[in-house]
Amino acid sequence: MLKQVPATESLIGIAEDGVSVKTDGIKWVINPYDEFAVEEALRIKEAHGGSVTIISVGSEKTAEAIRTALAMGADKGILINDPASAGYDGLKTARSLAAVLKEAPFDLIIAGQRAVDDDNYQVAPATAEFLDIPHISMVIKQEITDTKIRCHRTIDGGTAIIETQLPALITTQRGLNEPRYASLPGIMKAKKKPIDVKNVADIGLDSEHMGEPLTKIVSMKTPPDRKGGIMIQGDSAQAKAAELVRILHEEAKVL
Amino acid sequence: MDFDLTKEQEMIRREVRKFAQSEIAPVALELDEKEAFSAGLTRKMGEIGLFGMFVSEDDDGQGLDYLSYIIAVEEIARVDGSQAATVAAGNSLGIGPIYYFGTEEQKKKYLPELCAGKGLWGFGLTEPSAGSDAGGSKTTAVKDGNEWVLNGSKIFITNGASELSMGVTVQAVTGKRPSGKPEYTCFLVEHGTPGFKAVPMHKKMMWRASDTAELFFNDVRISEDNILGLKGDGFHQMLSTLDGGRLSIAAMGLGGSQGAYEAALQYAKKRVQFGQPICKFQAVAFKLADCALEIECARNLLYKACWLKDHRRSFEKEAAMAKLYCSELMGRVANHAVQIHGGYGLMKEYHVERFYRDQKLLDIGEGTSEVQRIVISRYIGC
Ligand SMILES: Cc1cc2nc3c(=O)[nH]c(=O)nc-3n(C[C@H](O)[C@H](O)[C@H](O)COP(=O)(O)OP(=O)(O)OC[C@H]3O[C@@H](n4cnc5c(N)ncnc54)[C@H](O)[C@@H]3O)c2cc1C
Repeated sequence: MLKQVPATESLIGIAEDGVSVKTDGIKWVINPYDEFAVEEALRIKEAHGGSVTIISVGSEKTAEAIRTALAMGADKGILINDPASAGYDGLKTARSLAAVLKEAPFDLIIAGQRAVDDDNYQVAPATAEFLDIPHISMVIKQEITDTKIRCHRTIDGGTAIIETQLPALITTQRGLNEPRYASLPGIMKAKKKPIDVKNVADIGLDSEHMGEPLTKIVSMKTPPDRKGGIMIQGDSAQAKAAELVRILHEEAKVL
Repeated sequence: MDFDLTKEQEMIRREVRKFAQSEIAPVALELDEKEAFSAGLTRKMGEIGLFGMFVSEDDDGQGLDYLSYIIAVEEIARVDGSQAATVAAGNSLGIGPIYYFGTEEQKKKYLPELCAGKGLWGFGLTEPSAGSDAGGSKTTAVKDGNEWVLNGSKIFITNGASELSMGVTVQAVTGKRPSGKPEYTCFLVEHGTPGFKAVPMHKKMMWRASDTAELFFNDVRISEDNILGLKGDGFHQMLSTLDGGRLSIAAMGLGGSQGAYEAALQYAKKRVQFGQPICKFQAVAFKLADCALEIECARNLLYKACWLKDHRRSFEKEAAMAKLYCSELMGRVANHAVQIHGGYGLMKEYHVERFYRDQKLLDIGEGTSEVQRIVISRYIGC
């Protein structure tokens, strides 16, 4: 599963409507966590065989991101592109992905733990729920034997090793792998690989099935401008520390 | 008229830019300072397909059009001239002659490794006493039974003595034409052939991480099979190689201009003097405006020359124009870039001084600026 997001170095501004970001002049990239997912899928294919399908909900422009994944070595793409999908929350996006995945045979779904634009961590686990398959998130290492997958998952202060039956869904964590570059011959080969574009009706969903979104963006605000810092004066380290504690306690009121 | 690049060309630009920024930029300064060619980096460039770009897939190449190749060189040069040199010379001068003029056996023997970036091939035209006057070569090849015996030397040969170098194409005099002029033939000479010595040249001002070699041929015996294509075709092969090569030098000028301009623009927006960013001073802003204008002109000229070549039209005049304009442009832009950086521009950490040095070769290699003007004046009928 892959999402196209604004590059992290893009300057983000709020659009006129107050609930979305300005899209012109933004450079778009594959969500970095999804890049790990593509790379891992390719490595699994290289080790075990099979094929890799890229699936995404997005606009016409998203085909670019899918093409890049095809150039890295994936076999085909599916893009759900529907005017209705532009306003989807995480749950609706997951519902659409699950609807497509139900029709496509798979052994393993790999997704980013989150998309770096909305940061809502919902889509991948929700997709697994809709498909009624197990999921393991924040994976930094995986091994597949026969019909099982064993994953190292980061948890606070350590790693947990979790095993489950395939088919399953896993999400990626930084450290899983180092994504490859799309090679020049890969780019040329991607030209001939299919991207299947579907709208919401094609995947058998109508607004009734989809229901109302459970969340809605009411407004967007830029973070307040950072005020200048305070340099703490004092003759000794002790005096400075005492002053710091006083400020944190009395002025910032965080202690 | 259609000014849009294809989706594939756009993607090639994006991916090569990403590669150059993450793999080349972090090591460019150090390699330049140590004057070190990096075999590891060259192999990595090979892995993403930066060698054999215009070679067909049937011949183990990447099957790209010429413009895609030029865009790739441009993107590497935007970050570092030396690596762009390894790639441009590797493709245009190393792989090009074998691909365009080689026999089936020669192509099968060398292209797979060269197109994978696992090996490099040199192009030996220039001699100590024959530079611009390439017709003045003194290296000779004399037939002895079934063999040819090569004697002479070559100088300034890119990719000629690196740890990846496999061999070199050498232009040698093989007799006299009916007109009385010398007859030239090109030979493929592998490293390790007895009597052939390749010595790296050091203490260069520019392209310090690109390999440059002096080659010596002392009774080097090679077989008839080592003739590139046909006997007597050497001069024509070399000239035609240079026509294509000029486009890649132009790409280095264009990419280098772009890199130096972006660095200067970014710096000028951040550097505050007299209470405002220096880009607000008209003297600085106009320099940047001139750079932006000229880069736009240069790109249009170079891409048009590539378009002509890709459409099998004659492109030689435009190639000479693009080579001349892009090379000299980078001189102006790198000069402005250093000037805008002030004292910091002279320090290595700020990179623009490397662009300033690397540019100078572009006025000289593959036909000096004077020679390009000679070529253009001939085309316009002077
Ligand atoms: C780093 C580097 C890499 C190189 N790589 C290669 C390579 O891979 N293969 C290869 O074969 N060569 C290579 N060269 C050689 C390069 O192509 C020559 O240096 C170039 O052609 C100029 O020749 P020259 O240095 O002998 O200068 P000269 O020809 O001696 O020129 C000296 C000056 O006289 C001027 N001049 C000469 N003739 C005329 C004329 N008729 N009218 C007006 N002015 C004239 C020139 O423009 C120049 O300013 C490389 C050079 C360098 C520095």
